[in-house]
Amino acid sequence: MCRALRTGSLVNRLIMLSSDALKRIDREIAKYPPEHRQSAVIAALAIAQDEHAWLSTETMDFVAHYLGMPPIAVYEVATFYEMFDTEPTGKYKLTICTNLPCALSSAAQAAAHLKQKLGIDFGETTADGLFTLKEGECFGACGDAPVVLVNNKRMCSWMKPEQLDGLIAELSAEAKR
Amino acid sequence: MNAPSEFLDYGPDALILAGLNGRNWGLGDYIARGGYEALKKILAEKVAPANVIAEVKKSGLRGRGGAGFPTGLKWSFMPQQYSGDKYLVCNSDEGEPGTFKDRDILRYNPHILIEGMAIAAYAMGCKRGYNYVHGEIWDTYERCEEALEEAYQAGLLGDNILGSGFSFHLYNCHGYGAYICGEETALLESLEGKKGMPRFKPPFPASVGMYGKPTTINNTETFAAVPWIIRKGGEAFLNLGRPNNGGTKIFSVTGDVERPGNFEVKLGLPFASLLDMAGGMRGGHKLKACIPGGSSMPVLPADIMMATDMDYDSIAKAGSMLGSGAVIIMDETRCMVRSLLRLSYFYFEESCGQCTPCREGTGWLWRVVNRIEHGQGRNEDLDLLISVSDNIAGRTICALGDAAALPVKSFIKHFRDEFQYHIDHKQCLVPAYV
Ligand SMILES: Cc1cc2nc3c(=O)[nH]c(=O)nc-3n(C[C@H](O)[C@H](O)[C@H](O)COP(=O)(O)O)c2cc1C
Ligand code: SF4
Ligand code: FES
Repeated sequence: MCRALRTGSLVNRLIMLSSDALKRIDREIAKYPPEHRQSAVIAALAIAQDEHAWLSTETMDFVAHYLGMPPIAVYEVATFYEMFDTEPTGKYKLTICTNLPCALSSAAQAAAHLKQKLGIDFGETTADGLFTLKEGECFGACGDAPVVLVNNKRMCSWMKPEQLDGLIAELSAEAKR
Repeated sequence: MNAPSEFLDYGPDALILAGLNGRNWGLGDYIARGGYEALKKILAEKVAPANVIAEVKKSGLRGRGGAGFPTGLKWSFMPQQYSGDKYLVCNSDEGEPGTFKDRDILRYNPHILIEGMAIAAYAMGCKRGYNYVHGEIWDTYERCEEALEEAYQAGLLGDNILGSGFSFHLYNCHGYGAYICGEETALLESLEGKKGMPRFKPPFPASVGMYGKPTTINNTETFAAVPWIIRKGGEAFLNLGRPNNGGTKIFSVTGDVERPGNFEVKLGLPFASLLDMAGGMRGGHKLKACIPGGSSMPVLPADIMMATDMDYDSIAKAGSMLGSGAVIIMDETRCMVRSLLRLSYFYFEESCGQCTPCREGTGWLWRVVNRIEHGQGRNEDLDLLISVSDNIAGRTICALGDAAALPVKSFIKHFRDEFQYHIDHKQCLVPAYV
């Protein structure tokens, strides 16, 4: 039995996720042989992050407990993969790819526009807590440059300044609702 | 899902991407295009697995993920008599800057991958397979899940496929933002729920792969070529291209062209024709440089590129590599120092850190290119860059080290004047964004 289960603190045993999230995690676990629950850790953390916006130690401990992994092994994964956030972010995390192929199709200008419009640099969050801006590496969508990812899931293509303004306006309005 | 571009014109020779309009991705549409005929044929005729592998060998199909290793040969490394579990893995972690072809296969023609993998599983005796999809293309991942569901419902996956006695269970899974997981052994680590740190080879995955079991890993486009090969024969596929360079290849063209996009062409097409398909140079500018195989490959200047054909051997002869088929085009307004700076940053950022030459070397390369770009270059810096590159290449666990080193050497080799100008004049020849 793994350490998390043996010494599991109380927090490990608190259910940190909704039953819907747990159902989705179970579906991921079922993709692997029963003795390899750990294989579902990326999917499980992604589902947990969708629910809590970021991964706190408590959330990661819960995932560790649920998958029967030592917590440290879960922290390692959460900090290795770029799309996980182990610190709170704004309500909307905007990641823009600035790698060379995208840069050749105006991604650098798009990034500059976003920084200026939001008044923040890469890695920062707006004072109202709405937007976090991140610099991304190739999304495998270079033909659509500039490309912006909203909260890891929604990809926006061909984002010229006009479309970026539209996206910010749309998300700001959504947040007010 | 993003709206498909107004028209999906992949070129007249497309096989994998033929007849797609962005909406006809479903099972019924695929079957109407002749889909699953190849799988049905080998199951109905009980073709010997060794014969399937022989056909793929004959086709001259080479891995489309980067290294160009002959696919049939790779498949023959799987132990046929092994009685335990064997795994099949599809590398859809497309993250090589400039490459976006697998995404179009996955979202617009997902069943061709499923059929290709089922045939491969039959040939190698694998009962389980995983399709590892790049984390950033979430809507594409969901499309893959829908297609898989359709295939299971139709009895094309699962136990006892079409009553043949052959069983194959395929699952989709996804990464979450780590370029290194495109490296096949890092991908296996990731599949096992760990950090994506490449494994030392040998042993190769065919002996010790997923969960320590024999495993074959191929790129999405590689598997997608298989149904056509089985249907029309390996020789027909080979004849589309050139000896040792069989079939069609999807090139992702980006940069200073009028119409960036994917083009599926017969291997051996002259570069100039591919450039025409992409609408030619943007705004009537002049071609300055091209990286023909994704950011990890050496850059080539215009004159060499214009005299090159697009196949593995021709591009190698020209001094670069076909790699993943990402063709990055740069015109005369682009600064080569700035371009290299962005690429160097990428490799520094994505190094997994377990080998010292890569971890330290990529940071060193980036810092030196950075100071040249920002007017603080020293006269000895160009030789320093070459020496650091030489000390990374060939001295690391995986090929990311080489991928970081090769571009540096080629940029300096072909555009040394431009780097020297930066060092001498503390400024750029072309004051552009890139
Ligand atoms: C740093 C690095 C990144 C890679 N990224 C990818 C990738 O995104 N997709 C891919 O198919 N192969 C990638 N590869 C190549 C794989 O390791 C492997 O060779 C390939 O998936 C084998 O499939 P193939 O024989 O069909 O090409 C990468 C290799 C390295 C060293
Ligand atoms: S070469 Fe770089 S990326 Fe590859 S294993 Fe070594 S440190 Fe990691
Ligand atoms: S380089 Fe930006 S998505 Fe590929």
